Amino acid sequence: MAQLVGGLATSHIPAIGGAIHKGLQQDAYWKPFFDGFPPIRKWLGRVKPDVVVIFYNDHGLNFFLDKMPTFAVGAAERYDNADEGWGIPTLPPFKGEVDLSWHIINAVTEQDFDLVTCQEMLIDHACTLPLKLFWPGECPVSIVPICVNTVQFPLPSARRVYALGRAVGEAIQSWDSDKKVAVMASGGLSHQLDGERAGHINKDFDLKFIDSLLTNPEWATQFSIHDLVEKTGTQGVELLMWLGMRGALTSNSASVRKVHSNYHIPISNTATGLLALESAGPF
Amino acid sequence: MKYQFIFSNRLRILIIEQLGSAIRLGARPAINGDVVTQTLPKIPGTTPFDGEQARKGYRLNKMCYSFNSAANRAEFIENEEAYMSKFGLNEQQKAAIRARCVLDLIAAGGNAYYLAKFAGIFGLDMQDIGAQQTGMTKPEFQAKLRAAATT
Repeated sequence: MAQLVGGLATSHIPAIGGAIHKGLQQDAYWKPFFDGFPPIRKWLGRVKPDVVVIFYNDHGLNFFLDKMPTFAVGAAERYDNADEGWGIPTLPPFKGEVDLSWHIINAVTEQDFDLVTCQEMLIDHACTLPLKLFWPGECPVSIVPICVNTVQFPLPSARRVYALGRAVGEAIQSWDSDKKVAVMASGGLSHQLDGERAGHINKDFDLKFIDSLLTNPEWATQFSIHDLVEKTGTQGVELLMWLGMRGALTSNSASVRKVHSNYHIPISNTATGLLALESAGPF
Repeated sequence: MKYQFIFSNRLRILIIEQLGSAIRLGARPAINGDVVTQTLPKIPGTTPFDGEQARKGYRLNKMCYSFNSAANRAEFIENEEAYMSKFGLNEQQKAAIRARCVLDLIAAGGNAYYLAKFAGIFGLDMQDIGAQQTGMTKPEFQAKLRAAATT
């Protein structure tokens, strides 16, 4: 069976794409953000996952309001990135892991989750940039993108996304393959782009949230979406992705070991978080 | 008169009856048939993009979504009015686009993710947008963000 080796989580911001493109990683503004990554890359170089299952939210590249799925799973051989309208460079396509996609779709639907399946799916900066951050060279992993709606309310609850993550984690471990799989979250942490409250950041909550993923992973599932928007901002709710990632790890391991974490305010309007967790071993 | 309220996470119906000069207060659990319009407390300076906003802003957001394409961005720049009409924007939405006013665009049903593509046409980044909405200069807005790191 496939082995679930651990989880990764990072914020995503379009401007990161521009910074990578221009080589600004050591620029004073960007350094505190990019310096979080080398220890995690070192760990990834050791555990060498073959496949990454990515929880992310689309920002109006693949999905528009005409059809807005709550949970959409990619099942494509290849995922293209495309122009998002901001002039950030378009990245080359990423390789899909179609067998695992369908295994997840089948197993998770069996657990009463109703999914949208996508044999064609454009992936935006939220999916591509984390891959670039963790593997700056040629991408050595194939992917299964899982898109969670954070655009149009009602959004799925924190509790529901955590449960989805758990079901995805169980599916990964029942996949008949000798491949190593990591789960990844792309989103958050606290930020708000719109309204008079634009620029809202909640450092206390973010730090408590990161800590909870180590010590008490279901802590944030107590909050409603309304609570999370109030505490973390309209786009801070993207922390749902981190709960999906963490839920997946819960399925194979009683505890996790922190590989590395980083937290920095601000990049663009966002409090940026970074975390890598290693599965501490099977029950 | 009947008023609803939430008590201990259970929806209760508050009953206020006027009997002559006296007022009687009572409460009972909500039952089928009660008209319940539960609203969540408003978060200041925040407009969650719910069904109401999504309906109101559909055409505006559809136009902004079209700006994923460079050809469409060029067409908009070439003739804004014609492009807005092509997407069937209403007067409120057109005025907000002409004014480049993000708060007005949100009031007209715009969603932050799609509006960002409109802002991108003018080379505005998220800190420009944040400054405009909060009535600050960009350096003031940046200082506000940095201040969040020290609290």
